[in-house]
Amino acid sequence: MSDITKQTLSELVNNIKEKKLSSSEVTQAFVDRSEKSKELNTYITEDFSNALEKAKKFDDNPKLDLKLPGIPMAVKDLFCTVNVRTTAGSKILNNFVPSYESTVTQNIWNEGAILIGKLNCDEFAMGSSNETSFFGNVQNPIDKNLVPGGSSGGSSSAVAAQLTPITIGTDTGGSIRQPASFTGTVGLKPTYGSCSRYGIVAFASSLDQAGPMAQNVKDCALLQEVISSYDQKDSTSIDFKRNQYSKELIKDIKGKKIGIPKEYRVDGMPKEIDDLWQKGIEYAKDCGAEIIDISLPHTNYALPTYYIVAPAEASSNLARYDGVKYGFRADGENLIDMYEKTRSEGFGAEVQRRIMIGTYVLSSGYYDAYYLKAQKVRKLIKNDFDEAYKKVDAILTPSTPSSAFKIGEKTNDPVSMYLNDIFTVPVNLAGLPGISIPAGHDSKGYPLGLQIIGKAFDEQNILNIAYAMEEKINFKNKITDWWIK
Amino acid sequence: MSIDLKTIKHISKLSRISVDEKKAEKLASDLNSIFDFIEKLNELKTENVEPLTSVAETTLKLRPDEVKSKNLREQIIKNSPKDNEDYFVVPKVIE
Repeated sequence: MSDITKQTLSELVNNIKEKKLSSSEVTQAFVDRSEKSKELNTYITEDFSNALEKAKKFDDNPKLDLKLPGIPMAVKDLFCTVNVRTTAGSKILNNFVPSYESTVTQNIWNEGAILIGKLNCDEFAMGSSNETSFFGNVQNPIDKNLVPGGSSGGSSSAVAAQLTPITIGTDTGGSIRQPASFTGTVGLKPTYGSCSRYGIVAFASSLDQAGPMAQNVKDCALLQEVISSYDQKDSTSIDFKRNQYSKELIKDIKGKKIGIPKEYRVDGMPKEIDDLWQKGIEYAKDCGAEIIDISLPHTNYALPTYYIVAPAEASSNLARYDGVKYGFRADGENLIDMYEKTRSEGFGAEVQRRIMIGTYVLSSGYYDAYYLKAQKVRKLIKNDFDEAYKKVDAILTPSTPSSAFKIGEKTNDPVSMYLNDIFTVPVNLAGLPGISIPAGHDSKGYPLGLQIIGKAFDEQNILNIAYAMEEKINFKNKITDWWIK
Repeated sequence: MSIDLKTIKHISKLSRISVDEKKAEKLASDLNSIFDFIEKLNELKTENVEPLTSVAETTLKLRPDEVKSKNLREQIIKNSPKDNEDYFVVPKVIE
């Protein structure tokens, strides 16, 4: 069968189940295409030969009732994978080989999928362009000079370039939805507590969530069904009744109330983004949804809140990297000197910047003024959503304030880089699910995304809305395979 | 407000990251622009707002304290940058 890598996940699963394709054929096809795609720099660690061996084993004894039978999959290098190097995009974990598996990846392998490699990302997921990775920037398959978004930039690039049928990322402030938007793919950030954080390299623990990144909504729903589980190993994992998201997926959204928050019409937003949003509203109406104007009055305070809460938690989480038990170590004259040099040489500039911000806002005399203040504003932001959801079932916004930008364009201006996450960050602060779907192109031909935000634990509803709108939008990604060698 | 070089040196000590003069100046300038942006929060009155510490409205569950993982000592020691097979090795702490 030709063009294996052009098939969607759902098609591949069916073809393997119906024995039209073997896992070996599928795995070989994605390995071959990945081999020819080195220029994109999507992989940090390849695990191709092991993958082919596992595929052969699968074919010898196929378990066709599994949800991902013999499907090859590359994952973001923030998920610990047993005996496969896990770097989090950092020099400080350059040679770290976990002795345990993250719950989310374990759930994936339990359903029959096969690891083919670990995907590039911003260092410790801190970035919006994949340019902070110790392993170099990733190119967007849409255009050679464009960033793929971040922090899950290797993941978005790999899915858009069809190097993996589907993947997983993590989203702390937009790290799944923004790269999905920049590459014309679908990305879901689930409700906080839906997917276990066990075995994911921690960035900001009260915000981090893993989620699927896919070519379409149906594939996304299928992977969400696999990765979401209650897990005793994560104290913030929530025990709620999870849907069979892909089986329960429907396009009928008649009568659904969709809110349009006026505060998301931010100053300086390009007309193209506003036009896309208007188009999105028309699509939703065409699907039978009712459009309702709403207000989320504290939207403008979300980014400043995030840039206190996330670095504060990061500074605490990253205290463990001291050069003693694992990872990179620099020589020092004494123990303290060794710590200081290890962290100065082992962390990149953006990570150091955020550790410093976090340390400062938590330091004696400043805690109340910054961290406590931010937690209070976070409450106001969550209250905004609670109020809105008394009137609506979901909220529709653009995913990002612009299309993908050029490599190097924002690296010297941290604040302008942070502004990228203006529409995604409030969702993390409130712990809600949000999905980005490709919805059109700008005048340069770059993809633009729309975001649908749901109530907590209401993934099924936003997947359904996304599924209905996807059909109306009928988006086609413009990718020319320019990088293939 | 403004973060001066002395403050940068202080935070760098607290966070165990060594900084030289050049790096300290760059950090001071970056942090000042970030904190200018963060100051926006002061527009809001929050005296009567409860801080939100977790969005997961759940009480921590208890579980039996049982050892479930295998003995991974060898694998764990193998990840260490310096060891003597049984212990992690660090520069001398006590003279």
